[in-house]
Amino acid sequence: MLAARLILEQGIHVEGINFYTGFCVEGHTHAIRNHERAKPKRNNALWTAEQLGIKLHIIDVIEEYKDVVINPKHGYGANLNPCLDCKGFMVRKAREWMEKNGFDFIITGEVLGQRPMSQRRDTMPVVARESGAYDRLLRPLCAKLLPPTLPELEGWVDRGKLLDFNGRNRKPQIRLAAQFGFKDYAQPAGGCCFLTNEQYSHKLADLWTTRGTKQYELDDIMLLKVGRHLRPRAHFKLIVGRDEGENNFLNGYRKRFVHLWPVSHPGPLVLLDGDAREEDIELAARLTARFSKGRDAHSVRVEISGRDGDSRTVDVAPMPADAIPSEWYL
Amino acid sequence: MSHSVLDARYLLCPMPVIRTQDRITELTPGDTLEVHATDPGALHDIPAWCRVHGHVVISSSLKDGEVTITLRVEAT
Repeated sequence: MLAARLILEQGIHVEGINFYTGFCVEGHTHAIRNHERAKPKRNNALWTAEQLGIKLHIIDVIEEYKDVVINPKHGYGANLNPCLDCKGFMVRKAREWMEKNGFDFIITGEVLGQRPMSQRRDTMPVVARESGAYDRLLRPLCAKLLPPTLPELEGWVDRGKLLDFNGRNRKPQIRLAAQFGFKDYAQPAGGCCFLTNEQYSHKLADLWTTRGTKQYELDDIMLLKVGRHLRPRAHFKLIVGRDEGENNFLNGYRKRFVHLWPVSHPGPLVLLDGDAREEDIELAARLTARFSKGRDAHSVRVEISGRDGDSRTVDVAPMPADAIPSEWYL
Repeated sequence: MSHSVLDARYLLCPMPVIRTQDRITELTPGDTLEVHATDPGALHDIPAWCRVHGHVVISSSLKDGEVTITLRVEAT
């Protein structure tokens, strides 16, 4: 937002590009949960574009992005976040868009030293090189600390009006936002990608391990964002809705899974992911009962429906909380 | 001028916006597009996308969990 505004101030036409990888943390994904519904359901990229008065192009890169997540050349960060490969990929996609649409250069909001992987003095040139953008990649917020780029050398951009922000401190950005009159903006360093989330990465790693292959589909990664995930056995896991919003979301997937639902007491919709045997079904039913309002009851009736649509009910004793090993929780 | 319908139901945002954006590239100024979605976020995001691109939202509604937005393509 700040970088775009700096360039707009120089009278340069700017358009925004937002890439959708499937791992994006957006208000709507959060809004699946009941207590998140009161928060504004805005797409931050669109909102920012409106504030700036620029066009925004949202690009679906879900399929192409898989290779970035599965085979990152530069490895992962603290979790399954392939930040350097990701940045190179996105700038490459931006370069392709730039060339196709007749634009001259790319700007990003990167700041030298702000991120441990992709925004270091030694890795920022890697992004420029591997994306193929080279000197058509301008970082206005820290340009004075970097070698001049083509837009500066050609005089398209006045280097003297660019900035020298450096490091993880966000105070200069907050001051600049105030100077521009921006009162509302996405929280700095709030994390916009689920891959930086430890718990999410653990669930993704579990998915790859148990399937024996490092692949995923969009539905897989969407389901990792929702519910309580428990793996009682290597060959199946349960996805347990935590509230009505999540139950509604999971309900859209129920026909693809064996699913369980307490009928004698209010409770969660539970999807069973994997191939469960009869004894596993009973265990799944007891866990379903555990997360229902009947958790303290002697018996809870649970409906179990197969992928073929057949259903039956069983009466089970809810599993006591202390009988659930902590390692079952993903 | 033509009228077309886009089914973006059961897609989570921003996919309904992306599908709308992609469909509009196939349309010409004056055409209208009716988008159906189930993600309530579409009710905010599709009009926001239209505003930044200069297209006009003719009507929008949320009924029985389904968002319907009709927009007119403008030359931008």
